Amino acid sequence: MEALAATVLALPDSRVPWSMRRQHAHLSDEALVALVARGDESALAELYDRVGRVAYGLAFRVLRDERLAEDAVQEGFLAVWRAAAAFRAERAKASTWILTLVHRRAVDLVRREERRRTEPLAEEVAAHAGENETTEEAAWLRFERERVQVALRRLPDVQREAIELAYYGGFSQSELAERLGVPLGTIKSRMFAGLARLRELLDESAPEGSWNPEFTS
Amino acid sequence: MEPGIHKLTAGYALDALDAEERRTYEAHLPDCERCREELASFWSVTEALAVASSGPTPSADLRGRILTAVRAEPQVVIPFEPPRRRRVVPALAAAAAVAAAVAIGLGIWAAHLSSDLDGTRSALSQTKEAARVLADPEARTVALKTGTGRLVVAPDGRAALAVSGLDPAPAGKTYEVWVLAGKNAPVPSGLFRGREGADLVGLAQMVGTGDVVAVTIERAGGVNTPTTAPIVQSRPA
Repeated sequence: MEALAATVLALPDSRVPWSMRRQHAHLSDEALVALVARGDESALAELYDRVGRVAYGLAFRVLRDERLAEDAVQEGFLAVWRAAAAFRAERAKASTWILTLVHRRAVDLVRREERRRTEPLAEEVAAHAGENETTEEAAWLRFERERVQVALRRLPDVQREAIELAYYGGFSQSELAERLGVPLGTIKSRMFAGLARLRELLDESAPEGSWNPEFTS
Repeated sequence: MEPGIHKLTAGYALDALDAEERRTYEAHLPDCERCREELASFWSVTEALAVASSGPTPSADLRGRILTAVRAEPQVVIPFEPPRRRRVVPALAAAAAVAAAVAIGLGIWAAHLSSDLDGTRSALSQTKEAARVLADPEARTVALKTGTGRLVVAPDGRAALAVSGLDPAPAGKTYEVWVLAGKNAPVPSGLFRGREGADLVGLAQMVGTGDVVAVTIERAGGVNTPTTAPIVQSRPA
């Protein structure tokens, strides 16, 4: 996971002047959050360049709507800006924190939407995969997606279903209990057991060392 | 403690709790190291799920829109440049205080979200108290003799201490605030843990004219009489 920032960091972005884009390139995500806490806009821009792409992909998967997904990402990064001073690096990585903020915005938005889209979206998302990716980024994302997909497939069906509907569908545990017609306690147990198992599976399949050591701090 | 609350960790990490359960869980977090650790490890799993979800590319102008929005947003920093004057022009102080109060609210919210609630509920009320002091346009600023930061005292004696540059308190230790009034024994006035960024502490004691506020490192839970030399000390208020 450490490779996330490192690889997205290498993503060329022709919209941004080179000087502005690279001035913080040597800093860790966590150091950038510290700069953001001091009001450094270019540090926030650098964080967006590193994490924004994944954040948008996540928000889109939850919301299935470009405008809403962009709203979620924008609100998430505004929250990063406002709350950077409260971020504690010993608790979570900066990229995790940012994705958590964006995900919560996306979930809040999707729960407000009248029609929630519930159909599986593997095909829909797969159609976008690889779009506009640099070779390096694409390789890493492909690797990571495959790793997570393999781990998900090894979960018992009911656990995978609970996790996917919650995280990608934005369903709360009580909504899922109703939708699936099972007791709330069962849903809670499935989610807990599923996430714990997924953690094990991902640990087992974690790549040795760092994916891209030359960029990691 | 409500049985089964630990099991909410998975739902919380997946953002799958209802609003009320979310609040219940967030209130539980500060008291439960086990849940905080579990949550951190579950968040690393949800990050993997996030990365695996990659979809289409955001529109090219989203980055610019975010930066534009950010410029219109009050920044959540409490200014820590060395004070040059004992008193701040009230209007300026009020503007700064409003910004700081906004910052504190959001900081608390973010602290919840990052499971960073080492201060417990007393820290919450402490911070609220500090916000009220900062929001008082009549409050005056007192420089520190030792340490970086400032003391802000409202006319009625309620006070807030803002300090930066303190390392987090070592395991089993806490920072303790004292009010020293004349020859009287120092009065314990609040505990805080110390953050890499900055701390804002609402004092549990009133600060009178000429009083001095100090901070020492003490054992966790606080003590009634300081046992170490002050590492932060204000000028007389």
